[in-house]
Amino acid sequence: MTPSWIALIVLAIAAAGFVLARARAQAAARREARRLHSLPNYYGWTAAIYAAGPALLLLAIWLVAQPIATRSLTWPVLAAEAGENAVPSLMMADVQRLASGLDAAVATGRLTAEEARALPPEELRAAMAAQGVALGSEVTPATRDAALRWRRLSGTGDLLRGIVVIGLALAGAAWGVSRAKPDFRARNAVEQAMRGVLVSAALLAILTTVGIVLALIFNTIEFFRLYPAAEFFFGTTWSPSFGGGSELGILPLLWGTLYISIIALLVAVPIGLFAAIYLAEYAHRNVRSWAKPMLEMLAGIPTIVYGLFALLTVGPLLVEAFGRGGYLGLGWMQGGTAVMTAGLVMGIMLIPFVSSLSDDIINAVPQSLRDGSLGLGATRSETIRQVVLPAALPGIVGAVLLAASRAIGETMIVVLGAGAAARLSMNPFDAMTTVTAKIVSQLTGDADFSSPEALVAFALGMTLFVITLALNVVALWIVRRYREQYE
Amino acid sequence: MNDMRTMDNTVLNETKITARDVNVHYGTTHAIKGVDVDIADRTVTAFIGPSGCGKSTFLRCLNRMNDTIPGAVVTGEIKIDEADIYDSRVDPVQLRAKVGMVFQKPNPFPKSIYDNVAYGPKIHGLAKNKTELDEIVEKALRRGAIWDEVKDRLHAPGTGLSGGQQQRLCIARAVATEPEILLMDEPCSALDPIATAQVEELIDELRQNFSVVIVTHSMQQAARVSQRTAFFHLGNLVEYGETGKIFTNPEDSRTESYISGRIG
Amino acid sequence: MTDIPQSGATPVEPPAPKGDSLLVTDARTKRRNRAERRFKAYGIAALGVGMAFLVALLWAILSNGLTAFTQSYVQLDVPLLEEKLDKDGDRDPAKIAKVSTFGYAPLIEAGLVDLVEKTGVETELEPKALTKILSSSAAAQLRDRVLANPELIGQTVSVELLASSRVDGYLKGRVSRASLARDKNLDAEHLDLIDAWRDAGLVEKRFNWDFITGADASDSRPEQAGIGVAMLGSLFMMLVVLILSLPIGVAASIYLEEFAPQNRLTDIIEVNISNLAAVPSIVFGILGLAVFIQFMHLPQSAPLVGGLVLTLMTLPTIIISTRASLKSVPPSIRNAALGVGASKMQAVTHHVLPLAMPGILTGTILGLAQALGETAPLLLIGMVGYIATNYPDGVAEGFLAPNSAMPAQIYEWAKRADPAFYERAWGGIIVLLVFLLAMNLIAVLLRRRFERRW
Repeated sequence: MTPSWIALIVLAIAAAGFVLARARAQAAARREARRLHSLPNYYGWTAAIYAAGPALLLLAIWLVAQPIATRSLTWPVLAAEAGENAVPSLMMADVQRLASGLDAAVATGRLTAEEARALPPEELRAAMAAQGVALGSEVTPATRDAALRWRRLSGTGDLLRGIVVIGLALAGAAWGVSRAKPDFRARNAVEQAMRGVLVSAALLAILTTVGIVLALIFNTIEFFRLYPAAEFFFGTTWSPSFGGGSELGILPLLWGTLYISIIALLVAVPIGLFAAIYLAEYAHRNVRSWAKPMLEMLAGIPTIVYGLFALLTVGPLLVEAFGRGGYLGLGWMQGGTAVMTAGLVMGIMLIPFVSSLSDDIINAVPQSLRDGSLGLGATRSETIRQVVLPAALPGIVGAVLLAASRAIGETMIVVLGAGAAARLSMNPFDAMTTVTAKIVSQLTGDADFSSPEALVAFALGMTLFVITLALNVVALWIVRRYREQYE
Repeated sequence: MNDMRTMDNTVLNETKITARDVNVHYGTTHAIKGVDVDIADRTVTAFIGPSGCGKSTFLRCLNRMNDTIPGAVVTGEIKIDEADIYDSRVDPVQLRAKVGMVFQKPNPFPKSIYDNVAYGPKIHGLAKNKTELDEIVEKALRRGAIWDEVKDRLHAPGTGLSGGQQQRLCIARAVATEPEILLMDEPCSALDPIATAQVEELIDELRQNFSVVIVTHSMQQAARVSQRTAFFHLGNLVEYGETGKIFTNPEDSRTESYISGRIG
Repeated sequence: MTDIPQSGATPVEPPAPKGDSLLVTDARTKRRNRAERRFKAYGIAALGVGMAFLVALLWAILSNGLTAFTQSYVQLDVPLLEEKLDKDGDRDPAKIAKVSTFGYAPLIEAGLVDLVEKTGVETELEPKALTKILSSSAAAQLRDRVLANPELIGQTVSVELLASSRVDGYLKGRVSRASLARDKNLDAEHLDLIDAWRDAGLVEKRFNWDFITGADASDSRPEQAGIGVAMLGSLFMMLVVLILSLPIGVAASIYLEEFAPQNRLTDIIEVNISNLAAVPSIVFGILGLAVFIQFMHLPQSAPLVGGLVLTLMTLPTIIISTRASLKSVPPSIRNAALGVGASKMQAVTHHVLPLAMPGILTGTILGLAQALGETAPLLLIGMVGYIATNYPDGVAEGFLAPNSAMPAQIYEWAKRADPAFYERAWGGIIVLLVFLLAMNLIAVLLRRRFERRW
């Protein structure tokens, strides 16, 4: 029985429970000439929830847990054959493919169930090819045994799954129907269940964070088993090579990240801040009503667009100016991808981010302070510089920190615009690379996930997560305190 | 005490502000309708009237604070010492240095007490050096009747003071630029009775150096602090004269109704 | 007061300067006013620079990308010789299908030679070299056409075949004769032919539906690459995001806004949500890789997994905007419902939620738009461009079969060595932006239509 069939049956049971429980409650009310505590539908819903809720939850858990359990029970068959540098995940993938191929062959009638069990290993590949399943290598006896064990185990598991889930649904429905009596507080029970759903939705936020932290921590620990942490944190060379002997020092990447972020902030903060000041303090309402959305359009444009803009437009333009033979005759730039390219474009991306945050913050400064300053004979700019901005300073600092965290975590612009070479250089026209760009390149190759060259991405991710989280926490704290001050 | 003051009212003082046929529009709203008024020097003049009658709007015309509100249009003539303040040659910034303003809610800047008071003199360049600035600040704080309370903590934030202290700090801040006229927009409405009494006493002292115009919704306050009173109703200046006369023997029936609490 | 020297014994200040002092602007005020104008000019300049960047960006996109929506085709008469395609002459589809594209290449060559002669252009090019004018997919196109209609065999048919990307680039002005000097894919002599054929109306540009509906093509055939399959990948992902994030986001927001007690747990959840909203998207990609693929063994590169990752990424945004719209429903509505004996849950579901719905939908659409443009997390779970080569068969396949997404497809094209792909990348961006614009427009209209002022 496939999971979708089981789910359908469970829903059918729930529907039946709904009808039965509602009818029972109404009949009881008529018989005993009493009023129901809740509307009849609530009795129906109680039964339906009791039937479907636990059963579907169990089904979902089962779907995730069964492959994991089957895998760990099947692995011992292969373990004996696995050599020193065997990759368990690849071997298991073969086993799974073989098992599902056999399943398909039986289902289409190409093989009988008997044949599927008895076929010798050397004939399997041909049989699978006939079924349209391509196997990477010849089937070894161990692989065949493992695949057979896999089929046996998952067959049992599937059967058990159907029985247990449907049984649970029936029991729930029965219990729900049995409780459908006039004095049963059905509405409260339904609302309790709804509340449970609401709480678990809210808890998903925490679950996500926990998921992120666990995913990063486990793989980072794994990485530090293979590669010394001190060399990772203090190494000044980044040269991964999948053949071994990689040097994976994070410092050049951190430097690239920092350098690009600084350039981006140097572009975004003055422009964004002055634009916000103009919009909040000077601009006529009409100007504001079209200029603000226009500026915010920059924020709605996906980062891949900025990446392409950096790679194909800004980079070549900068080379024309600063490159060898460029019209400034400086020869500072070797290629289009450089810290300056990525930094400039990232700065453009951050302008609306800085400006709309600053705009909010400047608007939160009470009008009475402006009046007070203007009433003393200050000009607008004096009022802004000496009263409004100092009052808004904490909020603006928070906004800049949030922008910095954005810049550090930005990926597509640096992947396309900054270059791939990790180096510690002061020249902003050199190509450098960043933490995020290297996460992408280490995880999108064909690397085996258990090699240090791939695992290092998780350590990089951990570093990135910690830095941005710290920035965010501080920034959000500052902004929140600032808001409270004027509320 | 009030009677005493109205008795020796300052009729001798010359006119400081002359307003003729002043009209204010906010978009389509006609907020002030043809107001004529003469405000005397070294006198406390009170503007009273029900909410929305235009008294605050008119007050804000006197230092062109209405300029900062988009959509406000002022017509007519307002002269301070014979100079039309709406003349194109007049710089509102310079005007406001001459016509100080105190607002309804105490609005100290989020700076130290010292910097709050020094703000005006600094932007107008009134002090040549630190010593002079110190002197100006001290003098202003003394005039604001708050010097004794804050002299030991001049560098504490102004926002840390109590409401009444904050308002007196704002008055001190306004006098620090040596204005000739002080406009006060309901300066006591956010204060408790004790703080109100302190500020009222201060207003009476300020009369000796400045021409004070105060908007108030409290008739008792107008009677207590002012020598002259103007009654506004629906954008019109209904009646203007000696405070004692307005409160005891008004000429207009609307003034009488308001004073006796029938409208408002 | 008396200890201040100036005021001294007399409380009266020295008489104020009279007359026209107000009418004369003093030097200091002039200086201050200049500073004021300067400051304001900085503001205008900043705004102008921001706008200029926007214009430059849009101009770069349009000027580079619009050409992707037209494509050059060559009109060719090809003799479909029976002895080459169907030796037995019995039109058995199975046998015809055995003839590979190599069997068709000579026919196209013959067609080209024929065309050269017919148009009377002198050329020194070998027949073999002539095929460089056409896309390397030309033989496959022809074969598909014959397989669909075996009756054509034996006739000389007039077909329209894709020109190669260099020819296409030449007709669009992207490739010049000078730039061909170092290009082994095409010679200047080819261009002479193209010029002649263009004048004869045998080579022409047409609107390129295949770009919008087609699949990605290999590195050597930029002229054939389309974004259609990646678009489907994005569509299936967005379905997952919508189906999951709307109910979960609304449920979480209702709990936090209406039911949550003021305690530590609630605080933690709230801080968590605002922090998650600022976590770099690539970290969500790592999460997806580790949890959904490594741990749960969901299929790699599947839109389902992409959708799950993007859901987790957009949820905080949706929760924040949903809470704002719930908050904007005034408490009087809740009190009115509670006052007539509704339970808290009924008050929320019957009254507050319907009133907040337009705001919630607006927030959700904007969240979806954000998710639609996201690239980095998709790269980590394997949704990269080059796998978007086949249409999914059926809905289940759409969710589970390896696919790409629009932004990932654009990234893939941007990375390829052949500059002909850049045009595709810019064109892809136009398609992506049209979707984003439409979504934002819907959000704005929704907000306008249902905006309530309490």
